[in-house]
Amino acid sequence: MLQETRIVLRNVGLIDPVSIDDYRTRGGYEGLRKALSMTPDQVIKEIETSALRGRGGAGFPTGKKLRISNGVEADQKYIICNADEGEPGTNKDRVILSNDPNTVLEGMAIAAYAAGATKGFVYLRYEYPYIFPILEEAIENATKAGCLGKNIFGSGFDFEVDVVSGGGAYVCGEETALIASISGKRGEPQFKPPYPGVSGLYGKPTVVNNVETLSNLPSILEMGGERFKQIGVPNCTGTKVFTVCGNAERNGVVEYPMGTNLKDIFVAHGGVKNGRDLRGFMLGGQSGNLINPDQMDMNMDIESCREAGCVLGTGTVMVIDDYNEILDIVENIMTFFIHESCGKCTPCREGNIRMHELVHGINAGHGKLEDLDLLEELADTMRLASLCALGQNSSYPVTSSIHNFRPDYIRAIERGQRV
Amino acid sequence: MSTTQTKWEVTPEMKQEILKEAKRYHVEPHKLMRILLNIQRIADNSFPREVAVIVSAETGLTEADLYSYITYYAMFSPERRGKYVVRMCESAPCHVRGAQAVMESISRTLGIQPGETSEDGMFTLEYCQCLGLCEYAPAILINGKVYKDLTPGRAATLMENYINGEVE
Amino acid sequence: MMINLTIDGLPIQVEEGTTVLQAAEKLGISIPTLCHHPDQAVKASCRICLVECEGLSALIPSCAYPVFEGMSVKTHSSKVYNTRRHVLELILSRHAQDCLHCKRSGSCELQSISQEMHFVDSPRYPYRARSTEMDDFSSPSIARSAGKCIACGRCEYVCNEIQQVHAISKVNRGFEVNFVPAYGRPLGESVCVNCGQCTQACPTGALTIKDDTRQFWNNVGGDKLMVAQVAPSVRINLAEALGEAPGTLSTGRLVTAMRRLGFDMVFDSDFTADLTIMEEGTELLGRLQNGGALPMITSCSPGWIKFCETYYPEFIPNLSTCKSPQGMFGALIKTYYAEKLDKKPQDIMSVAIMPCTAKKYEAKRPELGRDGYQDVDLVLTVVELGRMIRSAGINFADLPEEEFDAPFGLGSGAGAIFGVTGGVMEAALRTVYEVVTGETLENIEFDAVRGFEGVKEATIQVGDLPVKVAVAHGLGNARKVMDAVRDGKAEYHFIEIMACPGGCIGGGGNVIKNWKRMQPRYEAIYREDRRLPLRKSHENQAVQNLYKEFLGEPNGHKSHELLHTTYTDRSRLLR
Repeated sequence: MLQETRIVLRNVGLIDPVSIDDYRTRGGYEGLRKALSMTPDQVIKEIETSALRGRGGAGFPTGKKLRISNGVEADQKYIICNADEGEPGTNKDRVILSNDPNTVLEGMAIAAYAAGATKGFVYLRYEYPYIFPILEEAIENATKAGCLGKNIFGSGFDFEVDVVSGGGAYVCGEETALIASISGKRGEPQFKPPYPGVSGLYGKPTVVNNVETLSNLPSILEMGGERFKQIGVPNCTGTKVFTVCGNAERNGVVEYPMGTNLKDIFVAHGGVKNGRDLRGFMLGGQSGNLINPDQMDMNMDIESCREAGCVLGTGTVMVIDDYNEILDIVENIMTFFIHESCGKCTPCREGNIRMHELVHGINAGHGKLEDLDLLEELADTMRLASLCALGQNSSYPVTSSIHNFRPDYIRAIERGQRV
Repeated sequence: MSTTQTKWEVTPEMKQEILKEAKRYHVEPHKLMRILLNIQRIADNSFPREVAVIVSAETGLTEADLYSYITYYAMFSPERRGKYVVRMCESAPCHVRGAQAVMESISRTLGIQPGETSEDGMFTLEYCQCLGLCEYAPAILINGKVYKDLTPGRAATLMENYINGEVE
Repeated sequence: MMINLTIDGLPIQVEEGTTVLQAAEKLGISIPTLCHHPDQAVKASCRICLVECEGLSALIPSCAYPVFEGMSVKTHSSKVYNTRRHVLELILSRHAQDCLHCKRSGSCELQSISQEMHFVDSPRYPYRARSTEMDDFSSPSIARSAGKCIACGRCEYVCNEIQQVHAISKVNRGFEVNFVPAYGRPLGESVCVNCGQCTQACPTGALTIKDDTRQFWNNVGGDKLMVAQVAPSVRINLAEALGEAPGTLSTGRLVTAMRRLGFDMVFDSDFTADLTIMEEGTELLGRLQNGGALPMITSCSPGWIKFCETYYPEFIPNLSTCKSPQGMFGALIKTYYAEKLDKKPQDIMSVAIMPCTAKKYEAKRPELGRDGYQDVDLVLTVVELGRMIRSAGINFADLPEEEFDAPFGLGSGAGAIFGVTGGVMEAALRTVYEVVTGETLENIEFDAVRGFEGVKEATIQVGDLPVKVAVAHGLGNARKVMDAVRDGKAEYHFIEIMACPGGCIGGGGNVIKNWKRMQPRYEAIYREDRRLPLRKSHENQAVQNLYKEFLGEPNGHKSHELLHTTYTDRSRLLR
């Protein structure tokens, strides 16, 4: 029976979220204390040893990200916690922030020390308004106890955190869009280079990390990078907080080692709700893949997913029962991207609505076989030409469903042609 | 159904509160989003031109910039909205768990379609994107309060409670 | 530091920080672009300029991507071509389909790229251009066809970053993105000052100059006397509108063409530019001597006037009360000239040929008329005149040269340089200096106020007084000067402000330009100054005759009645 390995979620449900004493009783801020006794370079080495990769979907090595910013000379650097969790089917950051905000704050402080930042922002999506007071109170209590703020633990290291708000834009989860949003502008992604690690918020080196990524840092410092590396699989270490949702018998936010098999997760969550049949899964988030039951034997880590033609993404495991139709879901997903596209670049602004148009046409019974070729071609163009990951990846649900549920499309096309 | 009939105005009290918030911008420009969202709340859940010109005069941000900003972010509305903004998630994890039926129930109970505001100015019904409550789908957000694990029946009851003033 | 890279197999070495687009240009390879503009910040949003770079899986925007050592770029591989084509297809399927009767046909950047890409198929997507219901023709100067907007953002950039008028901004998100005034205000009711720089920036027919040529065609050859005045910079810019090189002077041919079109009288606004100097110079001296409102600020740029009325209404008393040369001419034509010809003002159609879109707005100002008629009935821009000449089948290249009509045909070089930034200031200085000191200027060319620097300052010794002047062009620079004056950080006696970058030669009514194209225009206008026998406004005998015969003296009663005006506080537009 699949057991959780709770590292990120180690305190969830077991402490008062805003209580600094509760957090410290369970070893909180010892990771930071240890980090402060090392040099920033040593801290980065520890994180590099752990081989931790970003948990926001891109999987960029965290140590490398910190090293880049560490290496830039600047009078001010920033660390930003990306709490703009907007990927449908992803609840992990909400769970972490509302139940154990200090693990995020401690992670931010460790990352800030490593990169050379003294100011941090938590960019919290406005759809989580109830988390504002939790975060702010936690910051206040931690600062009062000397775990954040000026001269932490007498080390001479200052680190201040502020909570800023999102306004309802999924694309602000993209780091350059997020930075634009904090600067008081429309949260539109910017072309890279320059990369935020070199020139980000207000032109200063800025490290942007996901909530879950940061939440791992206290444990990494505490147990050491070597021990952390033993968890999960070699090129994708540690755990992953999955969001099991959709038509599963037991939905929930759970933490398993990287590389855990999807079938095991599915069974551990009771299969399909109400004993219905399994239609398939949406994996990784909405810019993820739709897979059919035959593909369930898949290890959930970044590389194994990629080899299977999928993305691990944010760790979404959305179960789809046979009451739902795949083409309906694809239409629904493309509607999401139409709403969320920032509108700046041509392929995404126009491509999402055209994809929806074509799929809707097929679903409504006036599709042609050539539409499938056009969809593939459009997906290629969007992948090659879009300015940011939203446009580059929004076509995955369409292309994956054409590959993995082709009979559904053919049936719809033939149904239309029969009329 | 249409939006509120009476001409809405920024009252002197509202203006004082708006200015108090707007002044924060000079000290904490990175908090612009929260400031504007607070101002929207003060202004009965919307950000019409009457409010924008007050904010513009105080902050130095142009009316054009403010409008550009608020029409980008889904949480803002340049048009008048009701006292309660009911946001129903339409993303896939809620969709596969019957969000459509829940929306229809809410729509029936309130007597308005998504995108509309009730004539008495009490409710605005909107679709929104993922609220991050997928494990408790279908879910809705009403003015910052979360309601989870909805069914058409539970949703109807909930809306009736709001209509009868039995909820804060 | 120098970087070595190859583009399409060709090696090149460039400075660090150069973009792939710039490097390719050095090799003579021009990569197509749409949202890119040489005078604006990089946007990288249209995705037309994408190229392939070895080692990178996605295509990169050549306008934005900086070169790196050992980079290997392909600007037209199969992947690039097909992707670019598809991006174009997406744009075209969202674009209005009326090339045949679009104002921009023949000069549209989107059309050019389609032709270059040999895009002769119908897009595979249903047309979804913005509805014509979203069109905005409320402004007298600028027309917007929403269905032709490709969301490049060049208009918004010029209005907000360069001109800093903030009339329009990018609104909504995703597919609904549009570039309009806030809160649904029509352009004609917004803070828009009609400078037309947005029409200069727009690559397609989305933003164009309002075409008023119909009014000409409906009236020419009829009962009204068609009287035209031609602004100084038109003689520099008209040939460009007819396909000739920028900065080609065509004064003589211009007059011929206008006569052949059917104008009864063709006058030179240079004349009233000299008249303006007489009035404004006198006004300045008056203020200097009698403690009037200082700094005095020029008033010939209607874009600047509306900008001042809206954003700096407290400086309205500082504006010169002089009308613009167009305004003065209109008044003279409908009073003095009408009287001379024994005609009623309503029987004259007073037409102005201008490089300026804001003049269309100025002509409609209620102060610029009397007794139920306007002094200027119709303003046609350089581009519109070019259109008229072409549609009349007139072969501009081979026309003989003719002269302006008397009595308003004589203009000085000082009047001519009104069309360039610093020109009004220089013209005024040439006269003020000689009138005050009684001496002849050794060097009448004031280099200190010439050139394209945004704000120019100088102190000119005029007799005992060191006269402090400032010159600004482009409204963003106007803000700099006005803010400095408002905050007490700078003190001037006289300020010249022109709304358009470069002055009138860069006005919204000309052929579309960028700074590179401005250089020959700039040189041409100063060449014209040197060519003309008269170079100082106060030496214009025809102007002196007008005073003797009709006006009396500068700033006298009649001058005030006809040649001076009032302004209106428009700051309520901000409330």
